[in-house]
Amino acid sequence: MTTVLDRAGPAAAVTPPGRRPVAMLSRPGAGWIVPGLVLFGLFGIAPMVLVAYLSFTQWNLLGSPQFAGLANWQRFFTDPAILDSLWLSAVLTVLCWGFQTPVSLLLGVWAAGKQRSRAVLSAIFFLPLLLSSTAIAILWHALLDPNWGLPSYLGGDGNFIGTPQGAMISVAFVASWQFIPFHTLIYQAGTRQIPEVLYQAAVMDGASRFQQFVHITLPQLRHTIVTSSVLMIVGALTYFETVLVLTAGGPGTSTYILPFRMYATGFRSYDMGYASAIAFALVVIATAISIILVRISGFAKMRSTREGL
Amino acid sequence: MIRFGLIAVLLLATACGTSGPQAGGGEGAGGGTLHVWVLEDKLNATQQKAADEFNKTSPVKVVIDKFNPDSYPDKLRVSIGSPNAPDVFFNWGSGSISPYVKAGELADLTPAFDADPAFKSAFLPAVLDVGKIDNKYYGVPLRGMQPVILFYNKQVFGDAQPPKTWTELLSLVDRFKAQGVTPFALGGATAWTELMWVEYLVDRFGGPDVFKRIYNGEPGAWRDPAVLKAAQAIRDLVDRGAFGTNYASVDYNSHAAETLFAKGRAAMHLMGSWEFTNHTELQPDFAKNGLGFAPFPAVDGGTGDPANVVGNPTNFFSVTAKSKHQDTAIKFLKTMMSDSYVQGLLDAGDVPVLGSVEPKLASTPNPDFARFQLDLVRKAPAFTLSWDQSLSSAGAQTMLTTIQDLFNRKITPEQFVANVENVK
Repeated sequence: MTTVLDRAGPAAAVTPPGRRPVAMLSRPGAGWIVPGLVLFGLFGIAPMVLVAYLSFTQWNLLGSPQFAGLANWQRFFTDPAILDSLWLSAVLTVLCWGFQTPVSLLLGVWAAGKQRSRAVLSAIFFLPLLLSSTAIAILWHALLDPNWGLPSYLGGDGNFIGTPQGAMISVAFVASWQFIPFHTLIYQAGTRQIPEVLYQAAVMDGASRFQQFVHITLPQLRHTIVTSSVLMIVGALTYFETVLVLTAGGPGTSTYILPFRMYATGFRSYDMGYASAIAFALVVIATAISIILVRISGFAKMRSTREGL
Repeated sequence: MIRFGLIAVLLLATACGTSGPQAGGGEGAGGGTLHVWVLEDKLNATQQKAADEFNKTSPVKVVIDKFNPDSYPDKLRVSIGSPNAPDVFFNWGSGSISPYVKAGELADLTPAFDADPAFKSAFLPAVLDVGKIDNKYYGVPLRGMQPVILFYNKQVFGDAQPPKTWTELLSLVDRFKAQGVTPFALGGATAWTELMWVEYLVDRFGGPDVFKRIYNGEPGAWRDPAVLKAAQAIRDLVDRGAFGTNYASVDYNSHAAETLFAKGRAAMHLMGSWEFTNHTELQPDFAKNGLGFAPFPAVDGGTGDPANVVGNPTNFFSVTAKSKHQDTAIKFLKTMMSDSYVQGLLDAGDVPVLGSVEPKLASTPNPDFARFQLDLVRKAPAFTLSWDQSLSSAGAQTMLTTIQDLFNRKITPEQFVANVENVK
């Protein structure tokens, strides 16, 4: 806050309010957005336009794409496999959200404190985020081997990742394991923003630790929870490398979530047109979900959590 | 500033991607390079040696480009038809190249074979035919034969003999189960390891024509009784615990299945002949003293010849139609039957698909296994290529996931037939 005030201060003092040209002087020129725009245009917008076009064609990567009208889209809306993938994606999203949110919320709130050895433990908890998703998936793939890995020490025959439920739980767990540190960081920052006076007042009123958490920390973290949830849900919709390395969609098609089906259609079956339709649908679905989440949570209204302070 | 630099680098990279220094275009008459794409494997040294030898006299220089096997098919598909296409590339013949043939991207090698009868007759005809599409040859065999073999662990077997019939196989299953040993190691997390069972059983029950009809896309081909019988036999094996209970979690690619087998926790392993080389590298003691090999057994009431084999008859080199150095490419491919190249294959444990190879086997590191392979393939009335390499890519994907469902008891044998019915 202070830096913003400092920068706005002198400008406001020199010119009367409403005179923009001078105020603009203190802001960076429009030229600075060019790199961002070019990068986003080149690697964000252009591929999306291309994918939208390809979704109306048949193309096996040989020769040129042949215009196919609405064929891919008709197939998309009638293909039972898509419904299956949508369901699996939804299951994975719910599992990931349900696992990551409580763990990273508690870890984040804990990490915001001033306990002994907090910094050391936080650094250790942070480690998974520094590894690449592929490395993590390969690591867990080895750890989940039924005969030599973790399952062999847990009793039973170790047949875990080879069952439909076990495979889905494994994917959700490994992806969550990787991203919990990130969300912990968000919650830690969010918790540190909560004014100390609230807790001081609560202590005076005789509130217990648990009551403080439920009545102060959680409500104050409302916006943080929405932000983190949007990131988790949209993230879970696009998990791919974890599935590819850990289960390759298997057993059977038990972990063929939508992004994996897109990959399998495009780069295993070489049906680029249909894969593009799936890809475009994925963009639409993820965008729609994040918009809906932001709307219903009231996040867009940006009501301050500090009302009345 | 950093970001501007980044863009410059990226743009440069993109520019290189579209007009990279590949395919040896326009480097002056007589000169240039010939790009040969191969998989990263134990044959690379032999291939590099062949290239070095060839380059001594050739004005067009051969460059060997090596690729990771997992991403190779994708990489190839994206490159063929683009300016970055190779001149010569590794493939599995049949279905793995037929889309390229249909798109007119491959050079017809029939004239080259016709012009040089010694070149053509050097290779086993049954193997050469796998590289034949619409009666034209598109591939030159570049390596040894890879039949699927029933490996068995001699230490676990003791006085027992490898099964010759299905009844013997079933009694061995009971015997090993009683001993607390998994009868068959199976990397069921990797679907193509399960496909081998389907391939052999369908062949034993109905002969090679059943799959030929499937490959030709004949309506109702999957409805052949042999397919259902094979699926039922598999379900029976699964129910008997022939593969143990956790095979669905075992990954072939991370050597989990072969370790189970080599350590004696499984008695048998149905796998391609390359498994022998894997064992000699990873468990040399076991490969020397404990590793037995046998043909896949006959089945009761089957009409297929028990001498038939399935697997990869060989791998092929094909030449792209747009290559500027097709003549050089063919000249280079003729070195695939040269003595020094063949010796390189033999030293790496491969048995080349040449008629003249037999006398050379005695001097190889594992003459018994080499001779077993050669006999198996030479006596086989039919050598069926792995189905996932013959069928269309999309069909192969559906088939593989459905086979996994069958092995995992998610579907019945009848549902299996219904689910693969439209696969071509």
